[in-house]
Amino acid sequence: MPSIPSDESGSSVANLTIALVGNPNTGKSSLFNALCGMNARVGNFPGVTVEKKLGSYRDGLGEVTVIDLPGTYSLSARSADELVSVDILLSRLPDAPKLDGVVVIVDAANIERNLYLFSQVRDLGIPVLLVLNMWDRLQEEGVTIDHVQLQSKLGIPIVVTSANKRKGIEALRQAIRDWKRSPSPAPLSLFPSPFIDECEKLSRWVVEQGGSQMPPFLAERTLLDVGGASETFLSKQVGAEVGPYLTEARSRLKEAGCRVPAIETKLRYGWIRELLDGVVVRSQQTKLTTSDRIDRLFTHRAWGVAIFLVLMFFIFQSIFVGDKVIGRPFGLSDEGLFGGLIGMAQSGLGSLVESILPPGPLQSLLVDGVIAGAGGIFVFVPQIALLFFFIAILEDCGYMARVAFLMDKLMTKLGLSGRSFLPLLSSFACAVPGIMATRVIENRRDRMVTILVAPLMSCSARVPVYVLMVSAFLPEKYWLGHWISLHAIILFAMQILGAIVAIPVAWILKRWLFPGQTPPFVMELPAYKWPSWRVVFQRVWERISSFVGRAGSLILVTSILVWAACYFPSDHTRAIEIKSQIERLAEEPSKNEEELAKLHQSLHEENSRLIEASFLGSCGKIIAPVVRPLGWDWRIGVSVIASFPAREVIIATLGTIYSLGGDVSEEDAGLKGTLQAATWPDGSPLFTIPVALSIMVFFALCAQCAATLMVIWRETNSWRWPIFTFVYMTTLAYFGAMLVYQTGTLFLGR
Amino acid sequence: MARTLDGLPIGEEARVVDVHGEDAIAIRLMEMGLVEGALVRRMGQAPMGDPIEYALHGSRLILRVVEANRVEIDG
Repeated sequence: MPSIPSDESGSSVANLTIALVGNPNTGKSSLFNALCGMNARVGNFPGVTVEKKLGSYRDGLGEVTVIDLPGTYSLSARSADELVSVDILLSRLPDAPKLDGVVVIVDAANIERNLYLFSQVRDLGIPVLLVLNMWDRLQEEGVTIDHVQLQSKLGIPIVVTSANKRKGIEALRQAIRDWKRSPSPAPLSLFPSPFIDECEKLSRWVVEQGGSQMPPFLAERTLLDVGGASETFLSKQVGAEVGPYLTEARSRLKEAGCRVPAIETKLRYGWIRELLDGVVVRSQQTKLTTSDRIDRLFTHRAWGVAIFLVLMFFIFQSIFVGDKVIGRPFGLSDEGLFGGLIGMAQSGLGSLVESILPPGPLQSLLVDGVIAGAGGIFVFVPQIALLFFFIAILEDCGYMARVAFLMDKLMTKLGLSGRSFLPLLSSFACAVPGIMATRVIENRRDRMVTILVAPLMSCSARVPVYVLMVSAFLPEKYWLGHWISLHAIILFAMQILGAIVAIPVAWILKRWLFPGQTPPFVMELPAYKWPSWRVVFQRVWERISSFVGRAGSLILVTSILVWAACYFPSDHTRAIEIKSQIERLAEEPSKNEEELAKLHQSLHEENSRLIEASFLGSCGKIIAPVVRPLGWDWRIGVSVIASFPAREVIIATLGTIYSLGGDVSEEDAGLKGTLQAATWPDGSPLFTIPVALSIMVFFALCAQCAATLMVIWRETNSWRWPIFTFVYMTTLAYFGAMLVYQTGTLFLGR
Repeated sequence: MARTLDGLPIGEEARVVDVHGEDAIAIRLMEMGLVEGALVRRMGQAPMGDPIEYALHGSRLILRVVEANRVEIDG
């Protein structure tokens, strides 16, 4: 039946909303892309980590909205995250639109297993359309499918597609339109009458207990999924009696010959076998596919591991230095192409603002708060883009599953699985893309633990802090000629410290925060294929825009707050005066050289005084006794607090606070000299070897990175986890630094 | 002792008889098609011997040894 013209839009079009479901590795993303193009919005459903991906396209009759549900093997929901898909399919979510139908996409070469999910979707009682994708691969796999016969046996429309080659897409759009006119198919009714009776009994019991009427499909799921999400949901609604009731119901079913949960897979696979009899023919002789031959090399115990290590090294290296390599032809090998452009844009905009606005709070807000904060967002873009470029290729060509396969044994020693390997490796360059990459981890527990320990991996932003401390305060010693250097050993120790600490942390998190059985690992090695560039670029674009858009705005807010804490409530009139004097004299720099140097020096001194008088300075003085056991004075304390938006900010803050101005780098001889000369009020040197070590250990373990925390918020869709991460890491950092300082002073003296 | 899938030698085939347990791992194994009568062949294993790769219908599954140990096979 054609839809009635909508009143709100006023247009006489028939708009449809459909959901796209399928197993992982069925080419679902390619199909979504082919249908909707770049017209996709990514968000989260409230309260869960499930990604909400919506797209739309127009055909002759109106707009079709497509909801892309996460790839899954089954509708049996074990967590609240997985239950979301079921709720969307049943149109039970308040903010999700009502579905007109479901498109189930299957990998044609793998139709036996794929039809399991289809048979569950069939039972939902909503219109279903079956897409046999990767049709072009059938011949190579030695499979023939009589899809005409299959369609008549199933009684629902079937479309044959090769989504990565964009074949069959028009036919699918047409079928989506046509299928609206056909009635919903009756459920398969595979379950025997004792089971159906038990479902009805459960529904009645729930209503008697004061619960709401549940759809038959959910009653089935509650009985079938032992300890599953629908059971949990029901106990929240009705109470603790649900558990004993279900146990009894299941034992009644067992007596009646319906053993839960085996009955479901037995019946559905029995149905599939019968359905495909005479429809699917597999040639018996082609046992080894091209993919298997590639795997003989790629998962080989020697060659496979070697290829893997080279690939991982290449990816890791590219996140680290990729931007700089690209920047080399442009003379930007230090800052990187993108980094250099950001720097130029920042200084360009900064000068523009300074030339328009008079010096004062507004100018400082724009230059030091907004522009610097925005720069702090965009510096992550090259790393995110590069990592997701490689991840999307690896995922789309099928290698990602091999990474999990090769690394699983090693990662289980950390209590994680092979899927956590790449996110954690990437975090050694930068935790932001690393945490975003945890979406490949299907299990929620493993994903959460990976997200929470990822910031412990030593990232590239820690390096400047280490370099400054090591080169300024640690004596250089060499052993074995010049082969082993003390500086190198300390730097290396700092690099691996976080990873070593992560091992017990992961264990503790698994044990106490996410207890439960080891999740199933069982996964599929999809056949290798050439990656689709559309899918790859769309994924890169999605990740960048979701980072810049959602996490970015909060990073900006954080930068502005820290700026305000540094700026207020001090009186800036003198600093402004000195600045304008400098500007005046700078018109003829050769004449006023001496004068200018003096003014710069007094400006730096004034800035140092301003930060001391600011909110941040007062904070530093308040926390001085707290950081005293770490060997720090209030100035180090202030610098550490000011580095909350990003670790490397500490260098600029140290520069400002020690009257050198903020434009110092970790290699700056002036900064090193000043820090070496810094003393306690009693005249003893401030930065001793134990203090330098304690600062390094603190930065190795702390969570001073607003971007990481915002990305954790974005990925877990909850404030609890970024707060938890900040608290646990800061605690670790504090006690780690204290331990190092105290033992250090014991052996080396102050 | 009944034979289980982890003991199947490389290149050999067997039919599934049963999957032990009722927990999430058992459910997942069955959902992936390891049900009574399914024909499985061992293709290889990861460098450290775990997980193991199997062929089932048109797909290649990887199972940890502890998971394969849940799947009883004939012969």
